[in-house]
Amino acid sequence: MLSSADLDTLLLTFKVAGIATTILLLVGTPLAWWLTRTRSVWKGPINAIVALPLVLPPTVLGFYLLVLMGPTGAIGQLTNWLGLGTLPFTFYGLVVGSVLYSIPFVVQPLQTAFAMIGKQPLEAAATLRASPFDSFFSVVMPLAKPGFITATILGFTHTVGEFGVVLMIGGNIPNKTRVVSVQIYNHVEALEYTDAHWLAGCLLLFSFTVLLILYTQLKASTVTQPFK
Amino acid sequence: MTDIKARFRLAYDDFSLNVDLSLPGTGVSVLFGQSGSGKTTLLRCIAGLEQAPKGYLKINGTIWQDSERKIFLPTYKRPLGYVFQDANLFSHLTVLDNLQYGLKRIKNNLGIIKLNQTIELLGVGHLLERMPSNLSGGERQRIAIARALALNPEILLMDEPLASLDLKRKQEILPYLSRLHQQLDIPVLYVTHSQQEVAQLADTLVILENGRCLASGPLAETQSRLDLPLAQDREAATVWQVHIAEHESDYHLTRVQFDGGSLSLSLVEAEIGSPLRVQIYARDVSIALTEPSATSILNVLPAVIKQITEGRDSQAVVQLKVGQQLLLAHITRKSLLMLGLRIGMSVFVQIKGTSILN
Amino acid sequence: MFKNILFGFCLFLLASISQSSFAATTIVAVATNFSKPMTKIVAGFEKATGHSANLSFGSTGKFVSQMENGSPFEILLAADEKGPEKLIKDGFAVSGSQFIYAVGKLVLWSATPGYVDAQGKILSAGGFKHLALADPKLAPYGVAAIEVLNGLKLQDKLQALIVQGESIAQAYQFVSTGNAELGFVSLSQVYDNGKVSSGSAWIIPEELHAPIKQAAVLLKNGVQNPAATALLTYLKSAPALEIIKKYGYDLAQ
Repeated sequence: MLSSADLDTLLLTFKVAGIATTILLLVGTPLAWWLTRTRSVWKGPINAIVALPLVLPPTVLGFYLLVLMGPTGAIGQLTNWLGLGTLPFTFYGLVVGSVLYSIPFVVQPLQTAFAMIGKQPLEAAATLRASPFDSFFSVVMPLAKPGFITATILGFTHTVGEFGVVLMIGGNIPNKTRVVSVQIYNHVEALEYTDAHWLAGCLLLFSFTVLLILYTQLKASTVTQPFK
Repeated sequence: MTDIKARFRLAYDDFSLNVDLSLPGTGVSVLFGQSGSGKTTLLRCIAGLEQAPKGYLKINGTIWQDSERKIFLPTYKRPLGYVFQDANLFSHLTVLDNLQYGLKRIKNNLGIIKLNQTIELLGVGHLLERMPSNLSGGERQRIAIARALALNPEILLMDEPLASLDLKRKQEILPYLSRLHQQLDIPVLYVTHSQQEVAQLADTLVILENGRCLASGPLAETQSRLDLPLAQDREAATVWQVHIAEHESDYHLTRVQFDGGSLSLSLVEAEIGSPLRVQIYARDVSIALTEPSATSILNVLPAVIKQITEGRDSQAVVQLKVGQQLLLAHITRKSLLMLGLRIGMSVFVQIKGTSILN
Repeated sequence: MFKNILFGFCLFLLASISQSSFAATTIVAVATNFSKPMTKIVAGFEKATGHSANLSFGSTGKFVSQMENGSPFEILLAADEKGPEKLIKDGFAVSGSQFIYAVGKLVLWSATPGYVDAQGKILSAGGFKHLALADPKLAPYGVAAIEVLNGLKLQDKLQALIVQGESIAQAYQFVSTGNAELGFVSLSQVYDNGKVSSGSAWIIPEELHAPIKQAAVLLKNGVQNPAATALLTYLKSAPALEIIKKYGYDLAQ
């Protein structure tokens, strides 16, 4: 069975994933929108940067985050200057790491969804007195709904399953940075296979249920509101 | 009276637009040209969907764009209605929500009355609960027109609203457009490459070619200008605005009155006094020096020759004035020579056929 | 002429056969903390014997689970004694082949020079926000670190400041990047040419924790391989012991 320490790691994991996904959607939506619409010379470089976490092995990314967010790193000096202290070994450090790690999984589905909408519905909205801001909420968001659902699923699940980054910047502190993936890894490393199986099983079951609900929801919504 | 001033210059890699237009503030102005002539770009510039680097646009006394003074009103602040070529309805909203989308965003809310009127005018009341994907092309386009009109715009812009429809759907929509034509008191700018739509709808005709404006003026005047390729076309025609004068039901005929004379048409089911558009193809008009006394042709009218061009091959084009109306005649160069036709001559025209447009 | 060529070819064949029977290659799993000395030792081993060795570095726990599931390793140089014992008990390693090749030394280290004093008083004085150590559940150096804290009766006081790396390598990264002001690492990680090469350190006296015995074992895979047995023998030779000492390890008594 699950020990209370294992349960704590599960809860903490979903808390991190929930907060990280929310931040990713808040940051990723305008970013994806900008990337879809802009003709700026920065489009290429920004696109490449967004995709970079896909290239770097997570532990390598985690190592660089540890360096960057540490007391001598650029981000660390900034957070210190802001009076926030340094981020490694804190809950919010974990959130920041997860956000950076999962960003392509949120931005790219959104970009695809936005690109598929095209500029026509926006032009129609403009001729019907909707400001660009207004038309984003009244036209783009509803039309991009499948993209938002995909982005949420990928962002959330990717953060739940993420391991390398948190291993590097977490410090394995109970109730603060000890997430379920690290806990399972530690069980396996310590040859406690039964504990590992239980925890992994619970994680899979929960994630499967969440995904199942989201996907069936997605299907239902496409049936009632066909996207062309 | 000029209420629309539009001046635009813009250049893309393979296309440039350079026009300077003055158009009346009422009736339908058709922007006519082949694809690539710049007619849609011009319409988009007027809507603000495209921003010409150099431009000046004044509609009913309000400046919408003046690049010299760095004024550019974004589309959503322009009190216009726009109908796209492919309807462009919001696929995530019902027909009713599509129709109400704009209404919810304007302050002055005579909205509901206007909306109900347009729903009735375009006959879409039975479609309100549907999703756009469950509509035919013709129905979609009617919703799009209703959606634009419901806003009570100061100007209606229509970009080839019939181009994506097959002939049957076109026939389904044209009557609605003609009704609009009669009932709207706002200017309409209508983009098309179809001469039929020009004849049916235009009050003012603007001819565009390669991003330039070839001609612009009242329909009959522009249609009958001999310096334009239109007059040489096999389908060349003039459209007359007439009124129904009397019905000769014995003969199944209707007499219509125009400025300076009258015509006999086959019976038109309409009240005395109601307006009518009649199209006369240049190929259906022949010229005689004296009034033919023995002819089966009913419509023989006195006319004065205003201009003559000798076209290619065997053809010559003659522009005549009948009363106050302009008329084109396509005759052979041989006839021109044999009859000795000259500008200023008084002659008689025989009109073999007419088509009634609405 | 033709006979000569044939004779030469036979000689060549013979030579290559004898090469393959006398010079073999062994595959070795090495605990990460021992990677630097082992690389040096293998260089000497290859020169001295003509055999060669392929080294993989990683955590002992991971190697043990891999070996119990069919990995081709022939030798394990573990970071502890538990791993080799488990492999013998489960029948994957040769009973009696295990021996202690090195005894690890624990050091309290900071990347900042002068930060850690020679007596380790900083631990009780405090003033730091994070103290890094390897997860005691996974790494013997972590167990030793906890023993030190317990012995100094500082465990309760410092518990909230502890950040755990999954291995001693990660504990070292936490400290070297400055994210933790100080931490317990292996002396071999910060030792070069007989002294601590950077930052400041307190080499923990041996009486403060049980010795960190690192054991080697021959796996049943390697019994037939002369290179494997030769390497285990070479590990006990004088040149090898010299290298082990140079990297800050003690030798087994």
